[in-house]
Amino acid sequence: MDTGVDRSRSPLTRLVNLRYGLLLVPLVFLAVFFFYPLISILGVSLAPEGQLNLGAFTALITSSYYRDTLVFTTVQALLSTLLTIGLALPGAYIFVRYQFPGKSLLMALATLPFVLPTVVVAAAFSALIGPRGLLNTGLMSLFSLDTPPVQLDRTLAIILIVHVFYNYAVALRLISGYWANQNPRMEEAARVLGAHGWRLWWTIRLPLLRPAVLAAAMLVFIFTFTSFGVVLILGGPRFATLEVEIYRQATGLFNLPVAGALALVQIVFMFALMVVYTRLQKRITTDIQRAEYVALPPRSRRAKLMIGLNLVMMVVLLFAPLLALVIRSFTAGDSGWTLAYYQRLTVNTRQSLLFVPPAQAISNSLVFAGITTLLALTLGLITAYLLSRRNLPLVRWLDPLFMLPLAASAVTLGFGFIIALDSPPLNLRASPLLIPLAHTLVAMPFVVRSVLPALRAIPPTVQEAASVLGASPWRVWRWIDLPLISRGLAVGATFAFTVSMGEFGASLFVVRPDTPTIPVAIFRLLSQPGAANYGQALALSVILMIVSAVGFVFIERLRTAGIGEF
Amino acid sequence: MHFRRMIWVVVIAFVLGVPAYAQDEPVTLIVVTHDSFSVTEDLLAQFEAEHNIVVQILRSGDAGTMVNQAVLTKDNPLGDVLYGVDNTFLSRALDAGLFSPYESPLLADVPEEFQLDPDYRVTPVDYGDVCLNYDVAYFEENDLSLPESLLDLADPAYKSLLVVENPATSSPGLAFLLATIDQFGHEGDYTYLDYWRDLVANEVYVSDDWSDAYFGQFTAGGGDGTRPLVVSYASSPPFTVDAETGLPSTGSIVADGMCFRQIEFVGILAGTQHQEAAQQFIDFMLSVSFQEDMPFQMYVFPVNTQAELPEEFAQFASIPENPVVFDSAEIDSSREEWIQAWTEVVLR
Repeated sequence: MDTGVDRSRSPLTRLVNLRYGLLLVPLVFLAVFFFYPLISILGVSLAPEGQLNLGAFTALITSSYYRDTLVFTTVQALLSTLLTIGLALPGAYIFVRYQFPGKSLLMALATLPFVLPTVVVAAAFSALIGPRGLLNTGLMSLFSLDTPPVQLDRTLAIILIVHVFYNYAVALRLISGYWANQNPRMEEAARVLGAHGWRLWWTIRLPLLRPAVLAAAMLVFIFTFTSFGVVLILGGPRFATLEVEIYRQATGLFNLPVAGALALVQIVFMFALMVVYTRLQKRITTDIQRAEYVALPPRSRRAKLMIGLNLVMMVVLLFAPLLALVIRSFTAGDSGWTLAYYQRLTVNTRQSLLFVPPAQAISNSLVFAGITTLLALTLGLITAYLLSRRNLPLVRWLDPLFMLPLAASAVTLGFGFIIALDSPPLNLRASPLLIPLAHTLVAMPFVVRSVLPALRAIPPTVQEAASVLGASPWRVWRWIDLPLISRGLAVGATFAFTVSMGEFGASLFVVRPDTPTIPVAIFRLLSQPGAANYGQALALSVILMIVSAVGFVFIERLRTAGIGEF
Repeated sequence: MHFRRMIWVVVIAFVLGVPAYAQDEPVTLIVVTHDSFSVTEDLLAQFEAEHNIVVQILRSGDAGTMVNQAVLTKDNPLGDVLYGVDNTFLSRALDAGLFSPYESPLLADVPEEFQLDPDYRVTPVDYGDVCLNYDVAYFEENDLSLPESLLDLADPAYKSLLVVENPATSSPGLAFLLATIDQFGHEGDYTYLDYWRDLVANEVYVSDDWSDAYFGQFTAGGGDGTRPLVVSYASSPPFTVDAETGLPSTGSIVADGMCFRQIEFVGILAGTQHQEAAQQFIDFMLSVSFQEDMPFQMYVFPVNTQAELPEEFAQFASIPENPVVFDSAEIDSSREEWIQAWTEVVLR
């Protein structure tokens, strides 16, 4: 057995070397597809004649309008984040603790908002709570009112509600995925010692969950800070986030210096925030026993009440708008119940080049989403390994760096792509490949954020022990790391898939060869007048939801089949 | 799709290796355009076969984004031909020196009023008028007469009935703003800003894009909107023809000074290697068959006087007699200033 120690050392060293070599891959990816285009466009915007022009910055600093915009952007993002986490925490609790029918379906449904284009979500909310929506017409006939009682159009409230609608699943999945792998013993001990209710949450659960809660809060904050469509369409022109202002400046006014300066402000602001976050997220040690919460059927009345309340919340907030959308896809245009919109989807009435057969859109979407998921998982996993190494220099700075693609303005980056990636070997600006690459930039941080907390919770001693006992690096990874991070990986994969299916912001910014995805087909329908086009757009949105939901369930199956429950 | 076709050609040429059958290598012509470009598939295929050209369509956002991208990539253009620059962006495109000139023989059939560039760097292809659309049923049911001038819209009779688009983010929104500037001017007792103040007092609703305005806020768009008047196109009503009654549920208001004319152009991007194919493509766009195909594909009107309108268009799409025509250079130099002033008055 004493030779075993010798043999084990060299694979471990090799593993370490291999790791460092691999680490370069995501860094290079980020450098080529993010920093290079970004710096190119900022250069063109801020230094048009090769000389840095600070005029745009002076304009920003002296204008109270931009200061107000920054304040509004921050405040609404903070409120949205607090609301989302506050609502998702109890949700995560019941998902981890209790077994109840329809659980995985609920989880899939909760993630659906993420794939829907904003115009469609706006339509869903207006069908539900708009002046002529189901709620108002119901209330008006019930209480014989003359005016619609619920008037949320163009208020901060509707922006916050829709932000929660979009981001609830991010928090729910990240937190419950992490929580399920925690050892319940500490909580049991606390209970025995008399901790209950708020005290249990405050002293035991929240501290234990801190890494996942912080990761979720960070992602939700970034999304709502850079919120574009929701603020543009539901908030109306009176509200503007920095991202909306960048878009207006860049495409409407072609004021690249101001757009560039704003984009830079946004990125620097987010980077500073992420540095703070990385420092906050101290490594916590948990004892590594393969224990996890076993979901049980609810027995007490309290438990049933808690599940009930959460379900009501999810139904009202998440499923009612989705349902309104489904109903409208069968009833748009006041023509009663009809399948016409679904049927017309497959008919190219005018033999138009613009027409997208649904099957083609679905297959394009799935191919791009598949490539994105694989790329994001591979690169994200490597990155997470890199970041989980405490002793590596610069980790503190690298971690926020990998989050930056989420914080970059889509329209700025889009212009960056077309001016930077324009010559061989990187002549990609009109290539279909650019679509999954752009999606991967956004999806990668999801994988990192969902895997990293789990990875950090594995004490290195366990891996070392396995190596010492003769396990090859592969076996260590397969039997120790993988089971412990599998939930995180599945969460990351789901979001990578979702980001791509929903064309997160990318539709704005990539020059497209003719490879239309489902969201692109929806946009094309919505750019043509007539109720029929509207009905078809809603029908296609419902198809998008179904295809995505099947994808979520498939990913979850893959995890449990490939790794097994531990 | 064309990519696939191209692959087939390559596969046939290489794998079979029968040089006797191999034609000249087809020229790949890249057409950069906006999201709403469309054509009947067979018509394009016919052009491709006839000239041994493979046309590849690149879509790059809306018209504004497309022009901005073209300016940014001037030194290394995305393609050979750019279609879809309109008169509100024309002078920006021309000033940037994007195009190389070509005078198509088919311009003989195009009225002078559309030929805005005397140097033939761009060729007019189509036009469309941004006008108000109204919900026919609403005006009938409420026994309300249609507004006959821009000033009518400030009348309390039309209070909270109108939805417009934000000129900073939407091209019909900008067109409508230009129509009001043309009528009220920016100097004098009652400027366009005074007019907009009155519209605000009359509770005008501003949407950030056309889709939200038309489908979300307009009563006859199919969505759950509450406003029976929307800024859209004169060509929109034919798309609302009811299958049973044969009548459209919307109409457009084309009174003098209430519509703004958008003319769309095509140009050969300077630096192309395929000058000849590019010229052939421009001739194709001006040909009667393409011009007659456009209305139902892109909701625009042909500039070629030889082209006939499809029946539904002739019947339900009105053409304003006196639309607002604006000098392109003036639009480009004042656009930002006008939009900023409008934003201050209407949104803040």
